Amino acid sequence: MLMFAIRRILVSIPVLIGITAILFVMLNVIPGDPVALLMKEHASPEVIARVTAQMHLDDPLWTRYFRFLSGALQGDLGTSIKLNRSVTDLILKAFPNTLYLAACAAVVSWVIGIPAGILSAVRRDSFADRFFMGFSLLGVSMPIFWSALLMQYVFALKLKLLPVSGFYGFEYVIMPAIVLGWSSAGVIARLTRSSLLEVMRHDYIRTARAKGLREVRVISRHALKNALIPVVTIMAIQIASLLSGAVITEAIFGIPGVGRISINAIQARDMPLLQGSVLFATVLVILGNLVADILYSILDPRIRSQMRKGAQ
Amino acid sequence: MSVSPAMTTETPDVIEEPSLLRDTARAFARNRMALVGLCFVLILVCVAVFAPLVSPHDPYRVALDEQLLPASTTYWLGTDNFGRDVLTRILYGARISLVVGIVPSLISLLIGTFMGVLSGYIGGKVDFVIMRLADMMIAFPSLLLAMVVMYTLGANLFNIFIALALVGWAGVARVVRSQTLALKEKEFIEAARANGTSRATIMFRHIFPNVVPTLIVLFSLSIPDAIMWESSLSFLGVGVQPPEASWGLLISRGKEYLFQAPLVAIAPGVAILLTVLAFNFVGDGLRDALDPSMKD
Repeated sequence: MLMFAIRRILVSIPVLIGITAILFVMLNVIPGDPVALLMKEHASPEVIARVTAQMHLDDPLWTRYFRFLSGALQGDLGTSIKLNRSVTDLILKAFPNTLYLAACAAVVSWVIGIPAGILSAVRRDSFADRFFMGFSLLGVSMPIFWSALLMQYVFALKLKLLPVSGFYGFEYVIMPAIVLGWSSAGVIARLTRSSLLEVMRHDYIRTARAKGLREVRVISRHALKNALIPVVTIMAIQIASLLSGAVITEAIFGIPGVGRISINAIQARDMPLLQGSVLFATVLVILGNLVADILYSILDPRIRSQMRKGAQ
Repeated sequence: MSVSPAMTTETPDVIEEPSLLRDTARAFARNRMALVGLCFVLILVCVAVFAPLVSPHDPYRVALDEQLLPASTTYWLGTDNFGRDVLTRILYGARISLVVGIVPSLISLLIGTFMGVLSGYIGGKVDFVIMRLADMMIAFPSLLLAMVVMYTLGANLFNIFIALALVGWAGVARVVRSQTLALKEKEFIEAARANGTSRATIMFRHIFPNVVPTLIVLFSLSIPDAIMWESSLSFLGVGVQPPEASWGLLISRGKEYLFQAPLVAIAPGVAILLTVLAFNFVGDGLRDALDPSMKD
C-alpha cells in the first residue's frame, strides 16, 4: 500500500516537471516583445529595455525556466506585472474563495447525483430512470455560462430571491454552487447508476436476496458498499476539477477566486500571473488524481491484492 | 458428405455478406434518439451551408433605431444592441459551431491515432515518451490550457482549432494505444509479421482499419465537446471575435442586456444545448451500434 502510494507519487513528479516546461515554453514564446506590448506606446525604448532587464526577459529561455522552476519549488511564482504583487500571495488569498465554492458545488453534486443514480439503477428503465438520466444529460449538455445566466435571470432578476453576483455571504454562493454542481451531478449520477447495475449482477447479491433480505437492505448494506467505490474515487478528481474549472462560474458571479485571477491575467496580458494561476490549478488536478488512485487502493481490497501480487 | 440437389435449392437465394456498414446502419436506425439527433444535425448542416438563403436578415446590418426589440413577426427572436436580427445571427453562428466542432476533432483524431498506434505497436521508449506526454496534456485543466494557447497565439478561429486539437489528442491516443496493444497479440498481425511485412505497413494497413470504428465513435463524441469549448472560449473573450456570430460570443454580448432583452442571450444558448444534445445522441447511437463495449 505504502509502496504503491510512493510509486504513484514518484510517477507524478516527471509529469509535473514536464507540465511546467510546456506551460513555460507556451507562455514565453509569444511573438513580439511582451514588455512593449504591455506598456504600449507610453514607454520609451530605454524604459522598455530597463524593465526587460529587471524581469530578466533578456536571459536565454532555459535560464529563465530554471529560475522559474526553482522559484516555484520554494513557493515563489514571481511577481504580477500589472499589480506588482507576489503571484503566490494573490493566489493564496483567492484560493479559500474558490475552495468554498468548489466545496458547496461538490455537496450539490453529491446530494443530487448519488440518490438520482441509485434510484435510476434500482428502478431501471422506469420513468424515474429516464427522468434522472435525461436531467443529467441536460446538465452536461448545457454550457455553464448559459445556465448561470438563466439562473441569474430567473432567481435574481425576476423572482429577486438571490443576489445577481458578488461574494459577501452564503446567499451569494447558492446559485454558483448549483450551476457548477449540476454539471458534475450528471457525471456522478451516471457513474453511480452504471456501477450499481454492475454490482447487482453479482452472485453475492443473489445470495442476499435468496436469504430473504428486503430489497432496501440488499441495496443499502450489500450492493452500495461496492458500487460507491468508483464514485468516491471520482469525487477526488471531481473536486480538483471543480477547483480548477470554476473559471467561468467565478467570472459570471463575480467571485474573487483563482479562476477569476486567470481571466484577469489574460485580459491584462499579465504573463507571470497567468503562468502561476494555471500551474496552481494543474497541480490541484494532479493531486486530485493522485488522491483518487490511492483512495481506490485503500477502499478496494481486490486492487490492493493485485498490487501485492504485482510487487511480488 | 455429399449434398443432394434438393437441399441446395432450399438454401436462401441470397446470403448476405457480413457488412460493417449495413450492420451499423441497422443498429443505428433502431435507436430512436440517435435518429432524432441525426435529423437535427442534418438540418443544422443545411442551415449552416445555406445561411444566406434561409436567414431573414443581414447578420451584420446595424440599425441603431431598432435596438433590443422584442420578438415580433419581422424579428422572430428580437434584435440585439446593434439592432441586428438575433435569429439571423444564430443561424450564421451554426457555421462557426459546425466548423469548430468538426475541424479540431479531426486534427486531434489524426494526431491521437498516429501517436496511439505508434505508442502501442512500437512500445518501449517511444511508448514511454508518448504516454508521458499524453499524461501531461490530460493533467492540464482543458479550459485553462485552451486559454493559454489562445493567449499565446491570439484570439481567432484558426487558433481555436490548434487549442482544441492540443486539448483533445491525448485522450484519443490513450484509447487507440490500448486497442493497438490488444490487436498486436492477434493472429493476423502475427501472420503479417511472420510474412516479413514492414512495421509501417502493419501499423497502417492492418492495425489502423481495425481502430476505425472506435475512431468514428470518438469523433462523433468529440464534436459536442469542441462546440462547448469554443463557445466557452468565445464567451470569455478569447475565442471568436466580434462582429462574427459565434453562439458563445452572442451570449457573452447578450448578457449585458439580460434584463431588457433576455432573448438575445438565452436563444443562442438553446441553439448550443440542442446541438450538443443532438451530437451526443448521434455519438451514443454510433457507439452502441459500432462498439457496444465502450458503453458506460
